[in-house]
This record gives sequence, C-alpha cells and structure tokens, in this order.
Amino acid sequence: MRCADEHDLGTPARTDGKPVTVEVDGVPVTVPEGTSVMRAAAEAGVSIPKLCATDALEAFGSCRLCLVEVEGRRGYPASCTTLVAPGMKVRTQSKKLAELRRGVMELYISDHPLDCLTCPANGHCELQDMAGAVGLREVRYGTTGADHLEQAQDASNPYFTFDPTKCIVCSRCVRACDEVQGTFALTIEGRGFGSAVSAGGTPFMDSECVSCGACVQACPTSTLMEKSLIEHGQPDHSVVTTCAYCGVGCSFRAEMQGAEVVRMVPNADGGANHGHSCVKGRFAWGYATHPDRITKPMIRRSIDDPWREVTWDEAVDHAASEFKRIQAAHGRGAVGGITSSRCTNEEVYLVQKLVRAAFGNNNVDTCARVCHSPTGYGLKQTLGESAGTQDFDSVEDADVVMLIGANPTDAHPVFASQMKQRLREGAQLIVVDPRVIDLVRTPHVEAAVHVALRPGTNVAVANALAHVIVTEGLAKEDFVRARCEAPAYAQWKAFITDPKNSPETLADAIGVPAERLRDAARLYAGARNAAIYYGLGVTEHSQGSTMVIAIANLAMVTGNLGRRGVGVNPLRGQNNVQGSCDMGSFPHELPGYRHVSDPAVRALFESAWDVKLHAEPGLRIPNMFDAALDGSFRGLYVQGEDIAQSDPDTEHVEAALRAMECIVVQDLFMNETARFAHVFLPGSSFLEKDGTFTNAERRISRVRKVMPPRAGLSEWEATAALSEALGYPMRYAHPSEIMDEIARLTPTFHGVSYAKLDRLGSLQWPCNDAAPEGTPTMHVDEFVRGKGKFLLTEYVPTEERATARFPLLLTTGRILSQYNVGAQTRRTENSRWHEEDLLELHPHDAEQRGIRDGDRVSVTSRAGETVLGARLAERMQPGVVYTTFHHPMSGANVVTTENSDWATNCPEYKVTAVQVALASSPAAWQARFAEFRDQQASLLPGATPAPAPAAPAAPPAPARTGAR
Amino acid sequence: MEPMKLVKMANEIAAFFSADPDRAAALEGVAQHLKRFWDPRMRTELLVWVDQHGGAGLVPLALDAVRARRTDLTPR
Repeated sequence: MRCADEHDLGTPARTDGKPVTVEVDGVPVTVPEGTSVMRAAAEAGVSIPKLCATDALEAFGSCRLCLVEVEGRRGYPASCTTLVAPGMKVRTQSKKLAELRRGVMELYISDHPLDCLTCPANGHCELQDMAGAVGLREVRYGTTGADHLEQAQDASNPYFTFDPTKCIVCSRCVRACDEVQGTFALTIEGRGFGSAVSAGGTPFMDSECVSCGACVQACPTSTLMEKSLIEHGQPDHSVVTTCAYCGVGCSFRAEMQGAEVVRMVPNADGGANHGHSCVKGRFAWGYATHPDRITKPMIRRSIDDPWREVTWDEAVDHAASEFKRIQAAHGRGAVGGITSSRCTNEEVYLVQKLVRAAFGNNNVDTCARVCHSPTGYGLKQTLGESAGTQDFDSVEDADVVMLIGANPTDAHPVFASQMKQRLREGAQLIVVDPRVIDLVRTPHVEAAVHVALRPGTNVAVANALAHVIVTEGLAKEDFVRARCEAPAYAQWKAFITDPKNSPETLADAIGVPAERLRDAARLYAGARNAAIYYGLGVTEHSQGSTMVIAIANLAMVTGNLGRRGVGVNPLRGQNNVQGSCDMGSFPHELPGYRHVSDPAVRALFESAWDVKLHAEPGLRIPNMFDAALDGSFRGLYVQGEDIAQSDPDTEHVEAALRAMECIVVQDLFMNETARFAHVFLPGSSFLEKDGTFTNAERRISRVRKVMPPRAGLSEWEATAALSEALGYPMRYAHPSEIMDEIARLTPTFHGVSYAKLDRLGSLQWPCNDAAPEGTPTMHVDEFVRGKGKFLLTEYVPTEERATARFPLLLTTGRILSQYNVGAQTRRTENSRWHEEDLLELHPHDAEQRGIRDGDRVSVTSRAGETVLGARLAERMQPGVVYTTFHHPMSGANVVTTENSDWATNCPEYKVTAVQVALASSPAAWQARFAEFRDQQASLLPGATPAPAPAAPAAPPAPARTGAR
Repeated sequence: MEPMKLVKMANEIAAFFSADPDRAAALEGVAQHLKRFWDPRMRTELLVWVDQHGGAGLVPLALDAVRARRTDLTPR
C-alpha cells in the first residue's frame, strides 16, 4: 500500500508528445499525447474507480472497474488502457457504468474475507474504497461456493507478509517486480479461478525476491503488507526525509504514530528514486532504536579503564582540555578530525570548521579518502569539478552504458533498477569487471560485452579502448576541437596511438582477448549517447586517479559530455559522501573544493569565521595513522566513521589508534574504533535530525527529524559545544542557519536554502544565480575549468602481484542486504540474508586446494591473515577471490595492504595478493579481536566484568637429546 | 613517518608525471603535487631524507623535483 498522503493518478505520466484536449464529464483538460483517459480524468479532478491501475506501473486493463463511455464509440472501454484523442468526450458515470462496476465488485467481494474491522488495511484499503465508491450493497453469490479463504499465509520474509486470502489477483505486485524493480521474481500461476500470485513456487524468503518492497507498495489490499504496519496500525502522519544508506539518496515518507515510525514508504516525488526503494532504506531502519544504541556521553582515562557515564558538559570539557593539552605539548598539528559521510552537510561542515578554526590546522579528512577521493582528483584535473556530470534520469537517454568496477544491483539498487529499465528498452551494456556481476546476465538484460579483466589492469583497458577509438577514426574531433585544450589533446593523441596502448599489446596483461576490447571500444564510441558509470572498482587501486582521468579522456574524445544520456557518473557510495566532500572535509580544500593555499578563498573564510586559517594542507587519514605511530599526531575527533573496521591494514590502524592519547568518537554504537576511544559522544540517527544530504548526482535533499534525539543533543549541537569548549564558539539556532552560512561562502551552494528545498523538494548543485533551480547536467556549454584537459595515463602495473607465495588476487565489495561496515544493517533483520562474510572462489581454485563449499579457509597476505567460510562461485574467474567486509570479525582488512592510489592515498582494496588454504581454527587476529571485543564490552557501564584471561599454556618441555 | 613510505609515495607520483615527454613539466607536476597535497611534516621528512641520505630510493624525477623546488616545498 502506498502512502495515504499521495494521490495516485492511475497511469504513468507522459512528458513528451503534443498537447491533446479532451472533455471529461464536461470538464476540458489538456494532457500530452499518449496519456490515458484515466489520468486525464484524474488531472481534471475526476476520480474513476480502479483496482489494477496505479501510476507507478503501465496500464494493464484487467480489473474492468475503470470502464467509461466515450462519445461516438461503442461499448465501455477501460479508461486505463484507452489513450486520449483530440476532441474526445468522456463520461465517467452513468446507470450502465454503475451497474457494471457493482457487478465487478460483487465478484471480488464474493471471494474476499469480510473482516474489514480487524484487517490491517482497515482505513487505507483500495478494495474497501472501491466497494464504497461503487455503492456495493449486496453480494448475491453467497458463501458456500469455492473460494480462497483458507489459504496459508507466507510470513517467511522478516519484513512483510503475504496473505493470499486477501489477494484480488490484480497483478500489481507482479508488474511492480517486473517494471519497477526488474527482478521478475513474481508471477501469476494458474488460470481463471486458479490464478494466484507466486514467488516462483517457494516462500518469499527462499525466492529471488530482493525485498525491495515494490510489491508491498503496489498492493491495493493487505495481501502484501509490512509486519510493522500490521503490528502498529495505521499511521497518523508522515514526514518526508532522505535515506541514510547509499549514495542514491532515496526520498522516503516516514509514516508515524506520534514519534514512532510505523513504516518507511518511498516518496513518489523523490527526485532520485521516483517512488522506489531497496531492502535497506525501506525496511532496515530499526537500528535507530536498537538496544545497542549508546545515549549517554562517556569518558575514560585509558582504553583499559571502564567507561564512566557523564554529562554532556563534562564530556565536552574533558575532550577539549585533552586536545588543548596535546596541542600545547606537541604542536598545533598534533590533533585532527574525521568527518562522517553518514552525517548531514551541516554537521560535517561544523566538524571541518572546528578543525580549521578551533584546532587551527587542516588535519580533516573523510571516508571519501578510502572510496572516491580519486574521483575528486581526476575529474577536477580534467573537467574542473569534483563530481559526476549527470543526474540519474540521464540514463533514460543512454544508448550504451559502460559499467566499470561497479555492481549497482547490490550497491545502488534503486538506480540499478532504473538502469535495467533502460537496458530492457534496448540500450546496450558493456561491463568491465573481473566478476560476472548480476548485470552481465539478469532477466531480460544481457551485457553485449563483458571485459572480465584481471584486477589491477583498469588503466590498460581504458588505454586500449582509447587507442581503438582514435586509430579507427571514431573520435569526435569536432567536439574535441571546440571544447578541449588543443595542445593537451595533441600530446595525448600521440601517446594513446602508440602501439604499446593497443589491445593486442595489452591483452595478455588484461587477460581478455584483444577483439573483445575492440568490440567494447567500437560499441561505446559508435553510440549516439554513451554513458560511463563507475564505482570503487575504479578508484580503489594504485592507479585509481589515473583511471578516473582515463575515463574522462574517453568521454571527451567521444563527445559524450554536456547533455543527457552521456557523461561520467561516479556511483558514490554513502548517503552523504558527496556532501562531505562538498563541505571541505579534505585536508587540502575548503568547502567548494578550493585549495587552502588560495589567499582569496582563505580571506573569505577568515572574514566569515573571524579566525586566521592555516595555508598548508593537512594530514589525510592514512597519514594520520603514520603520524600517530611516529608520535606527531596524538588526538583525533572521529564523527561517525569506523576506521578500525573500514580502513586497510587493520593491525597498522589499531597500532596507530593505541598510540594516540585522546580519541573522541561521536557515533550511535560502540563500534570497533570506539573501543580505542577515550571519549564517547552519542550521535543521532537520520530519524533524529534536521539537515541535508547530497547524493551521487549532486542532489541536495532534506533530512527531517521525526523523533527527538535520543542522546538529548543533536549532533551539530555536540560539535558546537566541543568547539565552544575549545575556545571557538559556534552560535546557530537551527541547521538551516548553518546551510545559510554554507550558501554564503560556497558558490556552488549559493542559491540553496531550506525554504527553496521545501518548495522544490531537492536541488542539484551548482545552484546559483545562473541556475537558481539547480543543475542536472553539467558542462553543457563549456567545462567548469573552461576547456577540458586530456592528461596522459601511462599504465603502471600495481606492485601488488600474484606470486608463488601469494598466487591469488583478492578483491573486495559489498552486497545488497548489508551496508559497509554493517553497523546499521547488522542490527536489523537484514542479517538473515548475510550472517557472515564469505570468501568466494572459483571451483578450479578450490579444487586445487582441496576446498569444498562451506569449508573454513585461511586468507593470507603479506599484511596478515584471517579465516572465513568458503563459497564456490562460477562468477569468479580462476585466480581471483572475493569477499565483503560487513562483519568486524571477518577481518577482511587485516589482509588488505598499505598500497594506495598515487594521488590521493585511496587504498588499493581491490588488489591484494593472497593464498587460501583450509583452516582448522580462527586466525590469531580473530582470537585477539574476540578477546579485545569482550574485554571492551566488559568496560561498558552496567556490564559484567570479563573473566580474567586464561594463563598462557606452559611451554613444552625441551626434547631429550639423549646426550648427558 | 617511515621515510621509505614517503619515498614510495613520491616515486608513485613521479611514475604518473613521467609519462609527460616534457621533463620540465613533469618535474613541475611532481613538485606541485607534493606542495599541494602533502602535510608539511611529510615534506620536511622527505627533504631531510634527501639531505641526509641523498634521497636514496627516489627515482630520478622525484629526486630532481625535490631538489629543484626545495624552497617551495620547505614549510614556512
């Protein structure tokens, strides 16, 4: 059931097509050609009864309720499938129509439970509404005939139930799974009276259903209904807010009873998601009220001491005094901060402001360091702005999609559904990925070319594609001449046409036949509109920035920039990682991507903030760890990041954290980083705050508080309090004032305000005088830097290579049901889909090692060792293994190394040389981790003290040699 | 910070810019990158490594960039 606050217009809107004027019940209405009579009537304010139609899905015409009379036409056509025609006159009510509709409803109700008063849909049921609308007074079929009222419920899914006794077989759920989600998990089995919705003959939980909730939302009755709604009853109000999971930034309506969330329903007006969702945003919000939430500030002297709950004032004063002490003893640069890509723009802005104004340095960084920092570097160098060039809707005009190092069906599911719609319409797909990701072959979608490259050879692939494009005359020279710097292009052209960059030369290194590379290049360059989408499989490499530059080169040389359907589209991972970067959470850039050394920019902020700012770049996160180990960095304020779990080379990170004197963690839970902390400031979930997030398409959307912050202070208030205690007051009454300040100081945000966001729903930056309602497509007439710049992208193989000792290459990624370090999703029912991280390996590699599916295996690299369960998977290529990092105990990052992107230090998570072998016990790190975790748990207030560690076993007696 | 780590990072920066056939431009690229993205203590350590150990381990382009732009790279 969709949100009651939304008005369903019956069939989808048509936006193209010339205007057509019709008359509905005497009311003239003009709509685009291709619009249904039902929708035209709705827009004229006339509601035609309906059950199988909904404006999220194409018309189906099965329920026969929406019949109308059309002047000059015979019969009673269904208004949902009848298109408007010029001069059409429609009558929606007549004695005959009423008789037909009552007859239809009579049939429906003859096979439907009459338990409205206790049904969970009571008060918000379309079947109930239609019975009322048609004036149904009797059901003449009696109650002794065959019916479906004894069928069993399917409650296997943790979030919703399927009650077939309530089903009217309108097929909305089936069509939603097909058209909207693109999974095709449902069908109508049987015929006639025997027709029934089926999830492939199995319970939902065992089917291909991905729990996106589209079927639940489409269902007009309580057949498919959220368990939370069944439990709580109907909501009394709803609040529009934005999801706090991935970079799609879905808009939701939080439906509430008082301050309690009943359910989250995707907002049909959401600019990014258009009424769709995934399992995480739709259902996995229970972590916000999980018992693990820490809601009181805590402090302790050392990490071996018990935590002590204190007041906010005491916690903040203690943190401030520690930071000041450290700076007095070790210098201004001895402390720093890490901002959260989960927190709002306003909260992040205040943390970087605190670091710069209160700490007096530029030691501020954010989790983009470990994901898309190469995007920021590479696109800034080539195009002039550190962000993607399009909006999500742009894919609707793409003819070819090239997907590089991304797996959107898992990591950006709602956008993946939109992409799949375009692919089903005929757009072609090139996948560049070592694995056979779902999109290579999924219902009604098949990649035209799959470049299953060897990990670490991205730049070789991009160079080979570019070589083909230029040498085969596929370059758009007119575009390049008009829009790009000529000398740089000439230099790049000479470089790229060198035979060393040909597919034939690079094929061996890449591990893909040269002809396949040529096919991919010709397909991309030959399209009218070709778009590149990429993810962390591009950036998390030693040549991450080089590859981003190479992607920009490809887009420029083929003229695929500056309009819809094309572009360079980084799929940013987190809900506000784009925003965190926009807000200046980088050690070298102030808000708006302006270098700290620029005196004019510094002067602007110095004037606004009334403080002298440092002109030198500060430490990046990996540099902070190194500096901690050499003693020059000793204090850290961590807002909403879990670096102990998410950053590579875990033992190095842990050593660095232990070396610091004051770590302040601001978070929802006692996470892995907080176990090394000295001050814990309780944070707020997205449900407890006002602010904005910026998604992967630069869309700034409102986050709205639906319940008070459980910790008593909003996160921004906590940061402001800390800043005040440090001697730098920050006086704001509301987050909107913080955004007003951001807008004053940041040209790309100049036109942004809460009032405008409330009016328009969302805004894509740049939003300024030239684009007061935002900018969906960038670089239309010229690039932000003026002319685009080609840069040379020499392929430099990573130092991390398979060897005799470590013959396999490990790459890492994410899955649909869990999210990043799992702090949120592990505390929801989503864990039922992914209880542990597993190691995927090809059956050939497994057989060579005597490994069977489900065996425990050690994964060892030069950095460390961990033990995981094995899963054999044909989608892996021999020589490559894969795991996720959602569970702390997996220790995926114990194994990843210190290798990183040359420009940004973004870790090379995607290439680690490893060996895999059968294991009979957990790895040493895992044993230490469990012990430390238990020890730290015992230090929480109210915890039971941990048992004393077991005495170490006595060493074995020396062997007798026989010598006397 | 371990000097060899800084050497490795500097060499990787040099590997990118060495694609430029104009050596002067490549040298400038390396130097500017260090100046714009490296914290002062990292630059200082690298300069000390060059002074005291001849920049052992640095590839020629990185070593030349540090030497040629020493003043610019020295934190104020």
